[in-house]
Amino acid sequence: MLQATDLWKSYAGKPAVAGVSFTAARGEILGLLGPNGAGKSTTVSMLCGLFRPDRGTVTLDGEPIGDNANGVKRRIGLVTQEISLHEELSAIANLRLFGALYGVEGGLLDECCAEALDLVGLTDRAKSKPATFSGGMKRRLNIACALVHDPDVLILDEPTVGVDPQSRNAIFDNLEELRSRGKTLVYTTHYMEEVERLCDRIVIIDHGKVIAADTAEGLQRLLPPTSTRRIEIEGVVDEEVLAWLAGRGLAIRDGPSGPSLENVFLHLTGRQLRD
Amino acid sequence: MKPLLALARADIVMYLSNRRALLVTLAAPILIAAFFGSVLGGPPKNPTRVPLAIVDLDSSAIAKSIVGAMKADASFAIQEVAEPEAINLVRTGKVRAAVVISPGFGDAAARALFQPNVKKPEILVHYDPSQAIALAIVKGLLTEQVMKAVSSAAFSRETGSPVFAGMRVDVENNDKLDEVQRRDLLALFDSIDRVQTSSATTDATTKGGATPGFSMPFATRELEVTSGVDRKYNGYAHAFAGMGVQFILFMGIDLGIGVLLMRRQGIWKRLRAAPVSRALLLGSRIVSGTVIAVILFAGIYAAAIAFFGVRIEGSYLGFLGVALAFALLTATFGLLIAAVGRTPEATRGIAIVVTLLLVMLGGAWVPTFVFPEWLQTATKVVPTRWAIDGLEAMTWRGLGFEAALAPIGVMLAFSAVFAWIAVKRFDWDE
Repeated sequence: MLQATDLWKSYAGKPAVAGVSFTAARGEILGLLGPNGAGKSTTVSMLCGLFRPDRGTVTLDGEPIGDNANGVKRRIGLVTQEISLHEELSAIANLRLFGALYGVEGGLLDECCAEALDLVGLTDRAKSKPATFSGGMKRRLNIACALVHDPDVLILDEPTVGVDPQSRNAIFDNLEELRSRGKTLVYTTHYMEEVERLCDRIVIIDHGKVIAADTAEGLQRLLPPTSTRRIEIEGVVDEEVLAWLAGRGLAIRDGPSGPSLENVFLHLTGRQLRD
Repeated sequence: MKPLLALARADIVMYLSNRRALLVTLAAPILIAAFFGSVLGGPPKNPTRVPLAIVDLDSSAIAKSIVGAMKADASFAIQEVAEPEAINLVRTGKVRAAVVISPGFGDAAARALFQPNVKKPEILVHYDPSQAIALAIVKGLLTEQVMKAVSSAAFSRETGSPVFAGMRVDVENNDKLDEVQRRDLLALFDSIDRVQTSSATTDATTKGGATPGFSMPFATRELEVTSGVDRKYNGYAHAFAGMGVQFILFMGIDLGIGVLLMRRQGIWKRLRAAPVSRALLLGSRIVSGTVIAVILFAGIYAAAIAFFGVRIEGSYLGFLGVALAFALLTATFGLLIAAVGRTPEATRGIAIVVTLLLVMLGGAWVPTFVFPEWLQTATKVVPTRWAIDGLEAMTWRGLGFEAALAPIGVMLAFSAVFAWIAVKRFDWDE
């Protein structure tokens, strides 16, 4: 279990993170939400051991994460917001480099690289350089590089920026697959629909503090219920029923219900990855 | 160790995979060194003649003798023209200087030879200020030819007798001279008269006798001091040392900028998230930079040896030591750039200026001996000078390993200072 306890971090005397605490359990996707400048990136940096907190601790199964080499950092993978790949190296060479940095060697490294490529659907492009990849492929390889050492915890900082729906859908499938394998995922994003689809729990940060933490449904309950109720009717709508409801003084907003625009797009263009 | 090697290997592969950049980094120093080596090379087989204009406004025997002697001198390419044209030739850069022999020069010069208190005749030298070094050559060789011509004329009966006859009258009528001085000077003139008479008789009978006069009391024989008796100086050795140092330092800039770009792309953040120490991250940059610099060194000197006759006449071990020390210096220089730089764009501009200053002061473009004395002393704190001096010592100077120790030591010390500053200044925050 990844646990952040009372994290504080200041820059030039101004607190960026002020007492953030949360936990992410095994097999859980934890969403980290917040507006720009809320303190998400600083929190993520402390989770990865990039920054030492001014106060507070980050532990993984009780072991603290330092800012230098240690065994705990081997159990964490980081997917940066930027596409952090060496464009001059092939996909497999990028994976081998990051695998080696985490102490994976020899035959095991080959296996891990193959598995990571397979997970993100880039096996047939192993020897190609990222410079020849589409944006979506680069994002997937970016994730593969964070997975190559088979971490227990994967921290993803806005991993779907600038990708097409097919690639985003593929990335979501990858992440759900990782959750099913028991990995812990911390996912930061600005896109609410991503959080709704993926995250088991959501932590909202603003002004360096946790202002809410719950499931999506739990967070929705934080707002008072409105007098308007939404009723979904399956099947063919009987005009007599609608007329009866209207006769009872209820306002009817009639129209065909349908899938989201993204679902329509995926239906029209297919779910096949466009590489 | 494995992560360090993996990082260093990735850096090296990335650098070498950019074939175009690699080709430029190798080809540029070779081409420029070939140019400088051919232009500033060793003693040419056909020495360059200094183009010079000469104007004879005197037309005396002495003046004609000077002009004739200078025309015969292999050091000059003489054009005898009118004064305005001569000055124009200097102004347009077609000759280095114009020598103007004033009217009455011959007579006055012979008198001035024995009478230091009389007003001396002038030879005007119009010179090109951009070629001022040629002025010294012209004045030196002019002195030699004028002294020969004037002294020879003074002792010649034909041209010298009228001169001495005039001087005899001056001495006899000079009230300021005491009797002893007057007697001694007249005795001197009598002696010269006898020499002139004897010389004229010898000329008439043998037709081979030399006219008495002053001549250069010595001759010089130039001997190159190189690595061996049968070894010739190879100007390419200096040019390749200089250009090699310059372009390998440029590679160091690329390494430093690479770190700044990695920061921008988030790669550095990801590397830092890995379970490796800061020392390993920076150390891998030093290892990869050193290896790449050695590879470039090998490529540049392979071309120098294969195509330009550069040889390691001194200690092979010393050469290797100097090359390795400079490679390490380059790598730490790159790290320093990464530590103090902010944005890749701004840092590249500043780093190039600093590098060009370093290589210029180090003697990569022109040898340091052309610098003023104070600057020559000052350049001892420039690491590139030690690199070039060390490479030259091990190549054409043919010195032993002990001559490489100081350059190696100084460059290692600079490397340590660069690395220390880099580590202290490195910004670990993202």
